[in-house]
Amino acid sequence: MANHDDDSPGSMTIIAFSGDLDKLWPTFILSSTGAASGMDVTVFFTFWGLFPLVKDDVRITGYDAMTKALAGMNAPGMKKAKLSKLNMGGSGAWMMRKVAEKNKLAPPEDLFEMCQEMGVNLWPCQMTMDLLGIEPAQMVDGLGEPVGAATALQKMAKSDINLFI
Amino acid sequence: MPEAAKTVDAKGQSCPMPVLMTAKGIKELESGQIMLVEATDNGARSDIPAWASQTGNELVESEEADGVMKFYIRKK
Repeated sequence: MANHDDDSPGSMTIIAFSGDLDKLWPTFILSSTGAASGMDVTVFFTFWGLFPLVKDDVRITGYDAMTKALAGMNAPGMKKAKLSKLNMGGSGAWMMRKVAEKNKLAPPEDLFEMCQEMGVNLWPCQMTMDLLGIEPAQMVDGLGEPVGAATALQKMAKSDINLFI
Repeated sequence: MPEAAKTVDAKGQSCPMPVLMTAKGIKELESGQIMLVEATDNGARSDIPAWASQTGNELVESEEADGVMKFYIRKK
């Protein structure tokens, strides 16, 4: 439990693990809104959560057959993010984006930009980058320095809200 | 109605945009000045007051007519 007085806005850390399209929405909605409310917000992107941070024009990541195959099954880039259920070869994700657009829900790309504008700390996981062979140059701009578990935990220990999405 | 130094038009925007636009808008104001936020998203009915309470800015007055919510917020 973090120590702060009742009228200060507090802090939040989100572990962005899944990388699924339908989980990017709550991740970016909560983090941008938290930052807009004056909170100190950090998102730690790890495992599958790292793939949406790869630039959309990077076709494949990885350093050998297996890591390339993983990236092949998990297309890097936010625009290529899949639905966690009923993805149906991408048509589910396409439909979800259409429904969002119709209801004026901003796409994850726009919400991610808002996060950057609002000063959300966006931390890629160094270990996952090494594990999956994702190079810093392949990732979008505006991210924080890659960090490890201890740094993430240090932040989480001081956060009022910790989420794993 | 209080006189607003600035108006944020968030009509037609869905959660969380009205709150994000409100947060961006208030940065352009001086302390004590009033900003009007107009929204049509049903979530804004509770979200704008929640944002005000969280940030310490004062929700001076709110009203709703013809599907448009109006929030008058005084910058702290």
